[in-house]
Amino acid sequence: MLTYSQKVKDHFINPRNVGVLADATVVGEVGSMSAGQALKLYLKLNADEVIDNAGFQVFGSPGAIAASSALTEMLKGKHVDEAARITIKDISEYLGGLPEEKMHTCAMSMEALEVAYARYRGIELEVEGDEEEELNICRCFSVPESKIERAIRDNNLTSVEEITHFTKAGGGCTSCHPDLKQILQRVRAELPENKPKREPVNAGAGNLSNLEKMKAIQDVLDREVRPGLAMDGGDMELVDVVGNKVYVQLHGHCNSCASSSSTMKFFVEDRLREMVDPEITVIDTTEHSDQLHAPPMR
Amino acid sequence: MTDRPIFLDNNSTTFPAPEAVEAVLPLFGEDYANPSSTHSMGQAARHAIELARENVAALLNCKGSEIVFNSGATEGNNTAIYAALDGLPERKHIITTRVEHSSVIEVIRYLAEAGYRITELSVDRLGQIDLDELKNEISGDTALVSIMWANNETGVINPINGAGDIAKQFGALFHVDAVQAAGKLKLDLKDELAIDYLTISGHKFHGLKGAGALFVRENAPYLPLIRGGHHESGKRAGTENILGIVAMGAAARLINKDRDQHVEHMKKQRDRLQAGLIARCDDIAINGDQADRLPNTTNIGFKYIDGEALLMMLDAEDIAVSAGSACQSGSMEPSHVLKAMNVPLSAIHGSVRFCVSRYTEEAEIDAAIEKISKVVKRLRELSPYGHEDKRETLDAAILAEHKAYFAKA
Repeated sequence: MLTYSQKVKDHFINPRNVGVLADATVVGEVGSMSAGQALKLYLKLNADEVIDNAGFQVFGSPGAIAASSALTEMLKGKHVDEAARITIKDISEYLGGLPEEKMHTCAMSMEALEVAYARYRGIELEVEGDEEEELNICRCFSVPESKIERAIRDNNLTSVEEITHFTKAGGGCTSCHPDLKQILQRVRAELPENKPKREPVNAGAGNLSNLEKMKAIQDVLDREVRPGLAMDGGDMELVDVVGNKVYVQLHGHCNSCASSSSTMKFFVEDRLREMVDPEITVIDTTEHSDQLHAPPMR
Repeated sequence: MTDRPIFLDNNSTTFPAPEAVEAVLPLFGEDYANPSSTHSMGQAARHAIELARENVAALLNCKGSEIVFNSGATEGNNTAIYAALDGLPERKHIITTRVEHSSVIEVIRYLAEAGYRITELSVDRLGQIDLDELKNEISGDTALVSIMWANNETGVINPINGAGDIAKQFGALFHVDAVQAAGKLKLDLKDELAIDYLTISGHKFHGLKGAGALFVRENAPYLPLIRGGHHESGKRAGTENILGIVAMGAAARLINKDRDQHVEHMKKQRDRLQAGLIARCDDIAINGDQADRLPNTTNIGFKYIDGEALLMMLDAEDIAVSAGSACQSGSMEPSHVLKAMNVPLSAIHGSVRFCVSRYTEEAEIDAAIEKISKVVKRLRELSPYGHEDKRETLDAAILAEHKAYFAKA
C-alpha cells in the first residue's frame, strides 16, 4: 500500500467542505464510474467574483478525497481568475506531496476547477465537445486520447508510467501501452514549437563559448536527466561537446538495455534543444549489450 | 472483546497460536542446538523437527517422508514447478489458471521465455475453472498442471479431484497450491491420489512466518531448488528454520485435533459478517461462488465507493482488511482474480476481502459490521453517485452492466 503524508490522511479522514452547495454560482463535474473516480465541484462567487464558498462530492481513492478537500480550501477567498491558475503541483504541494502514482487525483481536482471556470466564463472547452465521439485509448479507465495528450503537454510527461500516474490510462490491463507510447512520442515531438514552457538556462545561448556551452549542457543533464536515470539505477556521462554535437555515455542499468538508447537520445536531445541550443544533436557512444535478459534457468 | 484491532485479513497471515508460540520458546533458550549435530543437544533439536513433521503429515494425511520443510509457499511453488518439468523433460506444455498466486503464475510465465507453451485456464463469473476447458487443452505434451485448491481473494474452491484425474489420464504431473486450504478444508492426500506436489505455509494457519512445507508424492520426480547440504534428506539444503517448523507443527496439531470445530466457528463468524453487511448496507454484491467457498472468506463489492478509500478509513477505525485492487509497484492494478472473473471494473474498484480466523470473536464481528456500515455510509455521502438521482450520469452501457452485477446481491 502507498504511504500518504499526514496532511493527506487528515484531509482524507476529515475532508473539508463536503457536500452540495445549494446556492452555487457554478458547478464543475468530471470523471465517471468507469474511470474509477469522479468529482463534482461547487463554487459560490460573490459580487467581486471572489470565491466565498466551495463544496464537493467525490468518488475515488483516499488521494482523490484529500485532493478535492484541499482544493476547496485553497479556492476559498481567491478571485476566480486567480483560482483558475491553480495547478496540479499546487494541490500536491498543499497536501505535503502525493505519491507519484496518485497524481491523477490532483489532475481530476484541477480538471473539475477548469470545467467550472470555463462554464462560468462561457468558454467552450476543447475536449468537451469531442468527448462523446472520441474513442477511449484506455478502455479499463475510459481515458480518451485528448486527455492523455493534454496531460503530457501540461505536465511535461516523459514516460508511459508517468501517463498512468497522471491520468490512470494504462493502469489496468496494459494493452494500450503501445498506443500510449505512440501518443507520447508524437506529442513530445510537437512540444518545443508549441510550448516553450521552460525558461532557457541562458537567454543568449547562441553566443556561448564552447566552455560555457558545455557547462550549460552539464547543468541541464544534472538537473533534468540524471536524477530520473538514477531512480532506475542508471546514469549518463557527458563525454564531449564538439560544435553542436553532444557526445554522451550511459552507465549502470541503462547501458545493458539497447532499447533505452533511442528513447534516451530523443529525450535528452529534446531537453538540450529547448534549453541550450535548438541545433544540438546527441550522440550516444555507449557500447550496448544485446542481451536483454539473463539466460533462463537450467 | 479486547481493544486490539479487529483483524479481518486472515488470508494474508494469521495470529500465531499461543500453543505454537509456547512450543517455540525453549528454542530461544537452552534448546538452541543445530538439528544436524550428532551430540544429544543436536539430537533433541532433530527430534523436535521430526515431531513437527509427523504433525504436518497428519494434517495432510500423508507420510512424513513425503514432507519437505522449506521457507514458505513461494519456495514450495517454485520447487514443485521446476521439479515437475525436470521430471518430464520431453514435455513442453504447462497448464495453470488465470487466478493463481503470483508465486505460481510469474514462475510459469517466466518459463514461457525458456520455450514452454503456457495455457492459463479461464474462470467463470463465479471464479470456477471449467474442467472441459482443461480436457480440451491438455495433451501428451503437458508436463505439469498447477491449480490452486482455493483462491486467496475470493475463497472459491476448485474441483481438484476432477482436475487431478484429467492430469493423470495424460500422464502429466499435478501440483496444487493449498496455502489457503490448509486449516480450513480437509486435505487428504491418501484420498487425492492424483496430487503429486502440494504447497502449504505455516503462517497461514497460525504458525510463524518463514516456514512452509512441500508435499512430494513418493516416487514423484524431484529436483532440489537449493543445494549444499544433506538437510531434508537432500531435498532442501540449509540449516532448518527450526522455530518456524516447530511452530507449524504445533499449529498443525491444533487443527488435527479440532478442525471441524474451527471450521464451524469460522463459517459462523463469516456468515454473520456477510449477512450483517447485506442487512446494513444497500447495493453490495458478493464476488465469487458462495457454495464452494472457504469457510472464512467473503469478497464484497460495495457500489459507489473506492476500495482503497474504504480500506484506509477502516484502518483509521482499527479494522484491518485488504482491497480487491491494490496499488503495487507504481501502477494501479485491479485484482487479476476479479478481472479474470469478469467482474465489472466499476465493481472491482469497491471490492474488499474480509477473512476471519478461528480466533475471531462474535463481538468483533458485531463491532465490525457497525463500523464498516458506518464508513460505507460516510463514503457514499461523499460520493456524487451515492444518491439515486445522480446515477444517470453514468455511461449507459456501464450502468447496465453495473446494475446487473449488483442486482445479484
